[in-house]
Amino acid sequence: MDLSYGAEAEAFRTDVRAFLKGAWQPGERRKDELRAFIAAFRRTATDAGFLYRGVPKRYGGSEQPVDVIKAQVIREEFQRARAPMEIAGNGMNMTVPTLLERGTEEQRDLFIRKTVEGDYVWGQGYSEPGAGSDLAAVRTKGELVDGKWIINGQKIWTSQGMGATHMFMLVRTEPAAPKHDGITYLLIDLDQPGITRRPIRQMTGEGGFCEFFFDNAETPVGWQVGERGQGWYVSRTTLKHERASIGSADGLGNQFAKLVELAQEVGRIKEPMVRDTLAKIEGFVMAHRYSSFRLFSCAAAGDDAGPIQLMMKLALTEIGHDMALLAQELIGETGLIEPTSAGTRGRGPEKWLDQIMGSLGNSIAGGASNIQRNIIGERGLGLPRDLAMEHGQ
Amino acid sequence: MRFHLSEEQGAIQAAVRGTLADSFPMERLHKLAESDADFDQPSWDALMALGIGGLALPEAQGGSGLGLLDAALVIEMAGAAAAPGPLIGQILTGIAVARSDNAAAKAYLDGLASGATVATLAFDGLPRDWTATADSGDIAFVQSASAAALFLVGTAGGGLALIEAGEGVSVTPVKSTDRSRRLSAVNYSGARVHLLFAAGDPFVVKLFDAALVLIAADALGGAQRCVDLAVDYAKTREQFGQPIGRFQGLKHQLAHMALDIEPARALVWYAAYAHDADLPDAARAAAMAKAHLADAYVRTTRAAIAAHGGIGYTWDYGLNYWFRRAIFDRAYLGSPAVHRARAADMAGW
Repeated sequence: MDLSYGAEAEAFRTDVRAFLKGAWQPGERRKDELRAFIAAFRRTATDAGFLYRGVPKRYGGSEQPVDVIKAQVIREEFQRARAPMEIAGNGMNMTVPTLLERGTEEQRDLFIRKTVEGDYVWGQGYSEPGAGSDLAAVRTKGELVDGKWIINGQKIWTSQGMGATHMFMLVRTEPAAPKHDGITYLLIDLDQPGITRRPIRQMTGEGGFCEFFFDNAETPVGWQVGERGQGWYVSRTTLKHERASIGSADGLGNQFAKLVELAQEVGRIKEPMVRDTLAKIEGFVMAHRYSSFRLFSCAAAGDDAGPIQLMMKLALTEIGHDMALLAQELIGETGLIEPTSAGTRGRGPEKWLDQIMGSLGNSIAGGASNIQRNIIGERGLGLPRDLAMEHGQ
Repeated sequence: MRFHLSEEQGAIQAAVRGTLADSFPMERLHKLAESDADFDQPSWDALMALGIGGLALPEAQGGSGLGLLDAALVIEMAGAAAAPGPLIGQILTGIAVARSDNAAAKAYLDGLASGATVATLAFDGLPRDWTATADSGDIAFVQSASAAALFLVGTAGGGLALIEAGEGVSVTPVKSTDRSRRLSAVNYSGARVHLLFAAGDPFVVKLFDAALVLIAADALGGAQRCVDLAVDYAKTREQFGQPIGRFQGLKHQLAHMALDIEPARALVWYAAYAHDADLPDAARAAAMAKAHLADAYVRTTRAAIAAHGGIGYTWDYGLNYWFRRAIFDRAYLGSPAVHRARAADMAGW
């Protein structure tokens, strides 16, 4: 084993650094000037081959061969220089890969460049009040009338939904077909009279999600991705564009370091119970960190990492719970104070309440923990599927 | 950047696994557990024929020149099979002798590499607790002591001495919890001694850390075996007309057992790699790995027995052998709490 990236990667790192030194000089700019500067910087960085590497040039990407080591070096150097990377969100994570894999030429022309440049912001229209973990039970209805899809129903839990311009959604179009075979994947413009959106307030008191109501909303038949009735399978499409990253574990490591700082700040770091609990948690933090190295290494070599890749999300969630419990002990009576919003001044130890509540969100969002346990059990350990799930009832 | 096993490392593990499946199947484990023996010659010979005695010895001294990581991969397989024999002692004694300046001790290297000379660890707890000297010593828990020709003794102040079995050495078997790794008290006075490292030599704590990593590797292998046994059982055992592994309650318990062990594998790798690469956090990683894996091993064996139901609680099914090994790995050379306290100190908390 060898944790260095190798000479070729280090030479590449030198190139990236040289590029950033020249191209990323934000200095003191007014807000609107800064925005234009960032947009121009992203274009330059893309032309240099550092951003939008999995996107073809004709759609505004840099069309580079897949290389997870280079991608990692780019991430590290951009973070070090505090330079902006790709516009994050559903667009780059979901829409663009799906269109590259399953979209028509017209759809790619219409959407990818606008998404890359940040003009189109995508919300995910998957969950419904009656379709959570059992996602294929979606009931939002789509009917084809005069070359247009007419949509009626409700979508929920759309992250950053208030700012979204478009949505990709799963819609029931063949009510008579078996559950998984009656769904179509549609793209839709959210700016139209048939759509109402409403923010959902989270238990932290902050916003973040939206729900959408569709009342004879419309979208062109040409905005349907994949075949009619094949939407479930389109939504399972994932491209392996340099996804592997060791960055996810860095976030956890930083949070653990802050927990240690908290124990120091509140003067309890010398207590044997606190030291033991911290070290216990750190055992899991280290296991997660080195497992992310392992996943990254497997991705770079094109090897299958096995069941570990199914475990990372649940591991992260569980560690978050353990950290929340210790943080709650450490903040003591300060926990009686509601923290002010993130980014405001004068936040004391009570800010850990955000993590304490947020750790619960992690066990629900993006596949609830019990679903993760099913996935580990069934796909990882080869245990038989639950009969109801197997037969799609 | 490479942080997963090479094909060659996979082949080493497969060879050890296969050798132990042939030379030390479950029937042999049962037999050993019922006897008082603290050693099993056939499986020892089979493992030594693979070159495990010389695995970590320098090539110039007849070894394979591999590192602690490769040793850990071997010990992981030994843990999975509940293998008897002082494999950790054999490997570490070889490393210590090869590294020392003691020419007389080096005469043992061939025997250590081939396995003809059996060596075992005689560490009385952590280096800070060691009281033995070159003249005399009283070590409470020594594995396979009646089979050992050599004892690697940790001496007061953090030194290492090699004691020859025979005159001046008495071995008193202990009724051991772990039936696959029986212990004895070893007492010596006026025995034949080879001094390897003086008190305070930094190599000594490094060797002790290597022992911690190898115990963690044993725990990893044993725990994985328990997960595998429980998963296999859940696929075949039927109740209410279906395999019990279909029930979500059990499925989730099994998922958590796997979640406890599979990520921890990379922690063992890292601790071994950090040792081989002499990284600044190597000692701390060894302490963390020992603490984390020992706890996880105990949790996993308990969960595996619970997942099996009544059959798991019987003597004959054999899960108890791994449960007992988990108790060994947890208690031997410092409990998880002891090593976490060390890790906290090392972090400067």
